Amino acid sequence: MTMQLDVERIKKDFPILDVGVRGHRLVYLDSAASSQKPQAVLDAMTRYYETTHANVHRGVYAIAEEATRLFEEARAKVAAFIGAPSPRGVVFTKNVTEGINLVAQSWGRANLRPGDAVLLTEIEHHANLVPWLMLKEWLGIELRYIPLGEEGQLDLSDLDRLVDGVKLVGLTAMSNVLGTLPPVRRIADAAHAAGAVVLVDAAQYVPHLVTDVAELGADFVGLTAHKMLGPTGIGVLWGRESLLDEMPPFLGGGEMIRDVRLDGFTPNELPWKFEAGTPPIAEAVGLGAAVDYLSGLGMESVRAHEIELTAYALRTLTERFGDDIVIHGPAEPGMRGGVVSFSFKDLHPHDVSQVLDEWGVCVRAGHHCAKPLMRRLGVGATARASFYVYNDEADVDALADALDKTSDLFA
Amino acid sequence: MPGLEDLYREIILDHYRNPRNRGELPSPPAYRVEGFNPLCGDEIVVYLDVSEDGRVVDLRISGQGCSISQSSASMMSSAVKGKTVDEARSLIRAFKAMMSIHEQRLDADGQPEDAVIEEPGVKLGDLEALQGVVKFPVRIKCATLSWNTLQQGLDEADQAAPSPA
Repeated sequence: MTMQLDVERIKKDFPILDVGVRGHRLVYLDSAASSQKPQAVLDAMTRYYETTHANVHRGVYAIAEEATRLFEEARAKVAAFIGAPSPRGVVFTKNVTEGINLVAQSWGRANLRPGDAVLLTEIEHHANLVPWLMLKEWLGIELRYIPLGEEGQLDLSDLDRLVDGVKLVGLTAMSNVLGTLPPVRRIADAAHAAGAVVLVDAAQYVPHLVTDVAELGADFVGLTAHKMLGPTGIGVLWGRESLLDEMPPFLGGGEMIRDVRLDGFTPNELPWKFEAGTPPIAEAVGLGAAVDYLSGLGMESVRAHEIELTAYALRTLTERFGDDIVIHGPAEPGMRGGVVSFSFKDLHPHDVSQVLDEWGVCVRAGHHCAKPLMRRLGVGATARASFYVYNDEADVDALADALDKTSDLFA
Repeated sequence: MPGLEDLYREIILDHYRNPRNRGELPSPPAYRVEGFNPLCGDEIVVYLDVSEDGRVVDLRISGQGCSISQSSASMMSSAVKGKTVDEARSLIRAFKAMMSIHEQRLDADGQPEDAVIEEPGVKLGDLEALQGVVKFPVRIKCATLSWNTLQQGLDEADQAAPSPA
């Protein structure tokens, strides 16, 4: 049964929400860019540094073994959180960007030849565009795109033709601009039927919805800790082990090898084969604590809360501002994540965001690292409010009140 | 902490609401130069008519952007129109000097210390209203976009001009 989130109690877990801005309380509506961190995550990382820190997979002394245990325990927690069959397929990366570059460089260079096709979508973040554009330059691969259709949804009417003959399909599970939740499973099934592998950018999905890599039908899934209450500097690429086993290493160095001679090397086994150098250990511990925190809330409850809050936001903004506000993306709250990109009057998003800041309201303004999508929407930039477990209706009201002030200033 | 009144001075809002010299000039003969701010998607097009004796006889601005980039462009157009290319270059240098005052040179109240204008004799006039932008470092690029674009236009005009006998 889905329990309702006790947001008042949750807010108390986040020290930064006590920090005032210009005499106003902090109204943080930019979690799609990066989430805030609960005390439990901060404590886990501090405790690790204060009591346990040593390099992992090296020392045989007690704290080194404890550090290794904590590091690998975090991996197991992430595996369980995303329904991965085993931690072997859970590769620690810096972020989703690095995870996708790993796939493009390692899997891509081993499996793609000039003229081979990769299918992406028009709503991708630059992180899932540029690594493939780079391969296009280096290898001469062909890139195809599933177009944006009505109401922020992908237009799948031509999917069969688009997917025909492609080697890889890469798509976001939730748009960071529109909040769109593409039908990943349906697209993955079509991709697999065409013999392609499927890469899912789940940066915005994993923090907000129950994730099961098998249900998504993905072969690779990228996630990042800092958008799910964890620290910056660590992410995960989950990959199907049979694929990861066949792939050449990505970055070379310590940790990723079994043996090194002056004339060659033997790579380590999974997942360490893809983890060159000393990993972000405290960050892994923090990610593990973030997973524990989210699991404690229950991801069904997190999702239910965000649907409710998004519905309230769409209703409030539309009621209060009518034609003065254009909200991009799906109109139905159950069909989208808690990301609300909007254009307000004819004001530039930077001006909107600047005035909102005066009232302690933090929203993102800009192109959200999705310039092709911005062009497709016919806007240079948008303002974007995004919600998480510590946001409530009062935060939405604060946004609306601050938009009124913005309106007054430029009137 | 700087407040909104430092940024959105009344004269800035006036130029934003009623931009001067908005439009296009036939090009050629006018020079047409585009400027972009990739961070915020602002784009500006400066049309520049330079006479044979090196005077900016006409200048128009088109494109879109935030209130700071639009008002800065509008104020620039008013300030530069009718000036010689050399005077326009002095103005650009003076404006950019004003914009290069960084956060660490603000005192405790957020007031710029020793705001040195490195172009003696150049009067910025209304443009000084944009000085508050330096307290908002992210927005400095918005204010300088049109000026960098103008500079590029003047460079093109110089290159095209017949070398003095």
